Amino acid sequence: MLGFSLRSLWNRRFVAGLTVLAIGLSVALILGVERLRDGARDSFANSASGIDLIVAPRGNSVQILMATVFGVGGTGTGMTWDSFEWLEDRPEVAWAVPIQMGDNHRGYPVIGTDASYFEHFRHSGGQPLALAAGTFFTGEGADAAVVGAEIAVRFGYAPGTVIVNAHGSGEVSFDVHDEAPFIISGVLARTGTAVDRMVFVTLEGFDTIHAQEETPLADPLDPAAMPSDDHDAHDDHEAGDEHEDHDAHDDHEAGDAHEDHDAHDDHEAGDAHEDHDAHDDHEAGDAHEDHDAYDDHEAGDAHDDHDAHGDHKGTEAGHDHEPDRINAVYVGLIDRTSVLGLQRAVNERPSDALSAVLPAVALAELWGITGTAERAMRLMAWAVALAGMIGMVVMLSATLDTRRREFAILRSVGATPARIFGLIVIEAASLTAAGLILGLVLLTVATFVTDPILSARFGLRLGLNVFGASELAALFVIFCAGLLASLVPAVRVYRMTLADGLSVRL
Amino acid sequence: MHPLRIERLVYRWPGAERNTLEIGALSLASGESLFLFGPSGCGKSTLLSAIAGVVEVPKGAIRVADQDVGAVHGGARDRFRVDHIGMIFQVFNLIPWLSAIENVLLPCTYSRHRRVRAGDNPEGTARRLLSELGLADPSLASKPANELSVGQQQRVAAARALIGKPDLILADEPTSALDEAAKAAFVDLLARECAEAGTALLFVSHDRSLERHFDRGVDFLALNEGGA
Ligand SMILES: Nc1ncnc2c1ncn2[C@@H]1O[C@H](COP(=O)(O)OP(=O)(O)OP(=O)(O)O)[C@@H](O)[C@H]1O
Ligand SMILES: [Mg+2]
Repeated sequence: MLGFSLRSLWNRRFVAGLTVLAIGLSVALILGVERLRDGARDSFANSASGIDLIVAPRGNSVQILMATVFGVGGTGTGMTWDSFEWLEDRPEVAWAVPIQMGDNHRGYPVIGTDASYFEHFRHSGGQPLALAAGTFFTGEGADAAVVGAEIAVRFGYAPGTVIVNAHGSGEVSFDVHDEAPFIISGVLARTGTAVDRMVFVTLEGFDTIHAQEETPLADPLDPAAMPSDDHDAHDDHEAGDEHEDHDAHDDHEAGDAHEDHDAHDDHEAGDAHEDHDAHDDHEAGDAHEDHDAYDDHEAGDAHDDHDAHGDHKGTEAGHDHEPDRINAVYVGLIDRTSVLGLQRAVNERPSDALSAVLPAVALAELWGITGTAERAMRLMAWAVALAGMIGMVVMLSATLDTRRREFAILRSVGATPARIFGLIVIEAASLTAAGLILGLVLLTVATFVTDPILSARFGLRLGLNVFGASELAALFVIFCAGLLASLVPAVRVYRMTLADGLSVRL
Repeated sequence: MHPLRIERLVYRWPGAERNTLEIGALSLASGESLFLFGPSGCGKSTLLSAIAGVVEVPKGAIRVADQDVGAVHGGARDRFRVDHIGMIFQVFNLIPWLSAIENVLLPCTYSRHRRVRAGDNPEGTARRLLSELGLADPSLASKPANELSVGQQQRVAAARALIGKPDLILADEPTSALDEAAKAAFVDLLARECAEAGTALLFVSHDRSLERHFDRGVDFLALNEGGA
């Protein structure tokens, strides 16, 4: 009977093929959306493991997480080294890793940090960073750089390669610091997280770029260098006043993520900025803001730190280099239960406007934001599946009239109406099953093709994972839907064969 | 055993004003061939439907192979039909996308009874039947049915009706699409095969020139006393 159904379908292979294709596409879409979502969640969750708290200049927690962990976008104007030391000295803090951001290497984010980063950073459920070649910063001096696996592979880097970083975080590098090159000391083993796409340099090295940069700039407020007027206002706001907005901002962190995100953007970009309201603008401009602020600071204030900074320049004591400003601090706690207390302490610290972000909470907030889009995508995928099912019903129903003769012949040789009913159901089941298989094949091919792109662009690795229970459930649901849909033509055929008997009047 | 025995059959199509069939008695012995003729619309096809159990007939009126057709229902009737009756229609007898040989073997796939009676090797039996009916060429046997000529298709249908030696073959004007020479040859072959297999043949046509090939001929109008 199955063979008979398959032969019958083969006889109509063109239409049957189209039906299978429609179902296959919908299956691939449904599973693809799920895998993309799971892949995104996994890789994001993997990237953030091992960090109890991220402290950064006051801002939206999602944005801070994206900037510090995934190298996407930036944080607000730098926090002071004093704040870092205050954090490090807190009794509940086990370790604190300073993070500087805002430069890029051929479009990949450059992170300024110290050797403790490699010691404390954990990914993929607690694995430490490992070297594929070379060493971490230790003893390499200020111009040491450690590159992620993907960067090393893409550009063919190995320990000893000299690289040059650029100002800003975009793909387009308009300000290459070729006067301050770095020598790669180590290449990290692949982690499957954002770290693969990062370049790590020493704090001192990171500062060197900007220290040298200020020399050729006669006037740091030169509008040709940066649109700095706006940023002055912004700077004032961040550095000084306990702004009334801060209360609102705190509310925001507890409250609805999406709405506040906008509000927060305004806040970050400085209340004075009317030209910065678009989020994209903001992200693109962010790094420059930081550096502007930094430059301002260095040029303007006769600050002690600045002198210290000057002293360190050129010395070999890379590890205890103390930058003026950093962008974030990764914090590990001795006892994780103290995290809320520390978070409150950070938020209430008067000298700096800081935010303490719990990575897990920020991630949940992020998923809250992306949830709507996910739901829309999923809805669309299922809508395509529905269309595929309707296509199958149309195909089976449309051929019924031309197949009446076939059914009459089958009945004359002993096929019961129930058997003919079953024939239609089996045809539908075969079409659906073929669609499922085609969908899985399409998905596998698509994964193969897009995996390098996704991992390069977003650090997403879908992988050819075995089916999870939810995927099997989805396949099962689609298969059942196919069977259910086949009842429409099958019932019609049943009635028809009973009415027609053995002779069909054409 | 009587392959067919009809007694006091009365049948009226649902909604019709008069009885379509009112037949006092009609019976066929094993291997006997009967030619039933009558004008168009007199109810010949209706009678065949009643015998095949496609329409609801009263109990006790029709017996096929000593089994009361009116007493079996639903799927059992379909199985009963294929076990005991082979059918040949006017046109479009075959599943177009199955090969000739597969069409011939269809009753064997739906009836164990017919399969058993087709011998150890049903496919060999099917080929033998085809070659006896003038389709010896093996390439013809494996061709899809819709690539055969109409005459060839009717002979394949005859082979299908014959396979597994059913008790009775019902043929409803199977020759109306054939030319004179092919008609005579077809009817001759069919009657001979039935006689050889011991299968009774009820052949319906309005073309009385075919009557000489059969054991006896019956005028449907005379048989169907009060009918339409
Ligand atoms: N499915 C049906 N429903 C209702 N009435 C029918 C049906 N089939 C046939 N009839 C009626 O039964 C009568 C006999 O029809 P039948 O098809 O048996 O004639 P026939 O002798 O086979 O004619 P022909 O030689 O043209 O095939 C006709 O009056 C016809 O209208
Ligand atoms: Mg007729």
